[in-house]
Amino acid sequence: MRVLIVDDEPNIVASLDFLMRKAGYETSIARDGDEALSQAADVRPDLVLLDVMMPGRDGFSVLTELRRTQPADLKVVMLTAKGRPSEVARGTDLGADAYVTKPFSTTDLVNLVGDLLDGRAP
Amino acid sequence: MSAGTLAAVIGATVVAAACLAAVVALISRQRAEASRLVAEVRLIVEANPAHRVTAVGGATDLVAAVNALADRRETAQAEVARQVAAARTEIEIERNRLATLMSELATAVVVTTNDGRILLYNAAARSLLGDADIGLGRSIFTVIDRDLVDHVADRTRQDAASDVVATAVHGEQLLQVRVAPAHAPDGAPLGYLLLLEDLTDRIADEQRRDSSLRTLTEVTRAALGSIRAAIEAVGGYPDMTEDERSGFLAIIGDETQRLGSRIEQWVDEESPGSGSAWSRTEVAVADLLALTARSLERTTPLTVTVEPAPDLWVRVDTHAVARAVVHLAGRLRDRSSISSISLSARATGRQLQLDTRWVGGPESGEVEEWLGESTSGGPSVRELIDSHGGSAWAGHDASGSYLRIVLGSVGEAPRPKDPVVLSSDSRPEFYDFDLFDREDTPLADALLSDLSYTVFDTETTGLYPNAGDEIISIGAVRIVNGRLLRGEVFDRLIDPGRSVPAASSKFHGLTTDDVRGQPPLSEVLRDFERFARDTVLVGHNVGFDLQFLRLKEEQTGVRLTNPVLDTLLLDAVAHPDHEEHSLEAIATRLGVEVVDRHRAVADALVTGEVFLGLVKVLHAGGIRTLEDAVNAAQSTVHARLDRSMYGD
Repeated sequence: MRVLIVDDEPNIVASLDFLMRKAGYETSIARDGDEALSQAADVRPDLVLLDVMMPGRDGFSVLTELRRTQPADLKVVMLTAKGRPSEVARGTDLGADAYVTKPFSTTDLVNLVGDLLDGRAP
Repeated sequence: MSAGTLAAVIGATVVAAACLAAVVALISRQRAEASRLVAEVRLIVEANPAHRVTAVGGATDLVAAVNALADRRETAQAEVARQVAAARTEIEIERNRLATLMSELATAVVVTTNDGRILLYNAAARSLLGDADIGLGRSIFTVIDRDLVDHVADRTRQDAASDVVATAVHGEQLLQVRVAPAHAPDGAPLGYLLLLEDLTDRIADEQRRDSSLRTLTEVTRAALGSIRAAIEAVGGYPDMTEDERSGFLAIIGDETQRLGSRIEQWVDEESPGSGSAWSRTEVAVADLLALTARSLERTTPLTVTVEPAPDLWVRVDTHAVARAVVHLAGRLRDRSSISSISLSARATGRQLQLDTRWVGGPESGEVEEWLGESTSGGPSVRELIDSHGGSAWAGHDASGSYLRIVLGSVGEAPRPKDPVVLSSDSRPEFYDFDLFDREDTPLADALLSDLSYTVFDTETTGLYPNAGDEIISIGAVRIVNGRLLRGEVFDRLIDPGRSVPAASSKFHGLTTDDVRGQPPLSEVLRDFERFARDTVLVGHNVGFDLQFLRLKEEQTGVRLTNPVLDTLLLDAVAHPDHEEHSLEAIATRLGVEVVDRHRAVADALVTGEVFLGLVKVLHAGGIRTLEDAVNAAQSTVHARLDRSMYGD
């Protein structure tokens, strides 16, 4: 199973990459929205960890595009410091499978990814 | 002289004396008659043009002639009055428009003379400052300091255009007061214009947020301190034991978790980034949709359907919402063939979700672009909604495409504001520009027609204040500049701490239940003292009411030191030859309509009208100043009889 990690902040990418590999997944990394879309087309991930606040194309735009172009069973988890309830509603509305606000528990995140990839609801 | 002659002389003298006596009696009866006629003619001329002289005894021709003259005069006066009224109507309409506009302002507005007398105020000012302090002719210095006004005067001498903003404390309120001087066209200082705003809640909110933010900063610093120390320990001493290492890692985990929850808590409490509170208003969701629909109909030719809205209220910037939706509708109309949209709303969490929907047409990607465009040269829809603590996005589902806006905070309906009560006559009573020209004269020399009065009446449980009877209602109305201000009444019920006997209930209609739970006399009297401050008290048979109040002075701590006039005594002065001095009798004589007797406010109003009429009659009789009136009243017969009631 492959997880695509999308975030412009290298510090969080380092931790997420380490965690996902330790959990047994293959990983790919994208540092902005456009790179995320081209990576998704190339590597066909099973799950995307997607940051919302990125320069240029933001996470919601990536999400909308992914839902338009990728298979419907692609899982998308939004990760963000923006915790506003209306933003959460927006993410869910646009098709995110989960919306996690920072800071988060890494154990919880790994469990969430596991549940989603097993086909269990979050 | 013979006995017969003597008898005849005596007889003749007696007859002569009798005749003389009869003549004297006739003359004095005629004098009394004439003096009564004079009084009644005066009444017609000065106070009541509709009054007619009644014929008693002789002089019926004279009476008929006087009445005919009175008829002619009344007709002529009515005609003149009609013409004058027609000529004045336009000016009144303009003035009333201005006054009504002022009255509708949400900001409290007060206009004063140079020495701080209020001559205009609006409903917002009245509801902000309360009816005990606000009123025509009253001093604004019960609300703001004289210092502030002096300071404004100083500033304007240096810079005519400046206005001054300051804070004032009024009871438990903190007010922001903006004072600007007003000038006549020739530059002479006219008075001051004040705008007042209640800052109490706003200040409290800001202080709370500041304090809350400070606490969060401190908590974060402390957490970071612990984390950094633990990390540096682990990093700096790689040969520490496993237990020591796990201990420090646990500290780091613990502190980060606690900091995280503390921040969530803060976000929850403060909802930061909710945008400027100033532009948000409470509105029913149904009204918000209707408002937005109206904006749309005005600007685009799209058909707008409004779905039924939930029965909720929301605190939101209605203009931001309208602007966002209108921008989208404009794009839809320009860049697609969409001709109709629908609006709907529902609560989601604590916010409102407002959907603008359409079928077919552009894809959400394109709509998303529109959300990033600037709206009429200003911020984009996205920025606009974001700055108000919300989100906006384009989406689609089975029913079609939509623009979804989530913002505001949903809540219960707010407390209804006090309704604005406008008096029934066409001239609103919250301004009187004549007061600009008023000067201060010592009370005794002041003309009765110039003074301000508080006409009042009380209802009581019975007639004997010494035997445990109590006041249960006080009603009062002010007279300023010769006008009865029906919009500035004082109308309070009082809990007497005892039952109201059925006999007295029959008289004034108040029962024990009506007054139970009402404020006590001391509280109402304190308010009444403020209401009546700087005025002359007027009442009918006012000695009765004053007796009650004087007896309660020590208990209530309120001492009324106003001068007092009694309409009963004044009527005795004005119409000494009439027997009837009851309020009804005087009212009938002066042409005052009596409605709803024996309710304190209603009686006060009738007494007020009667008083105004009496002032005119007295003026014609040479009684013009307060001192004149007080002296004349004291020297009437009734006053002598009632001395015990007045005390000294």
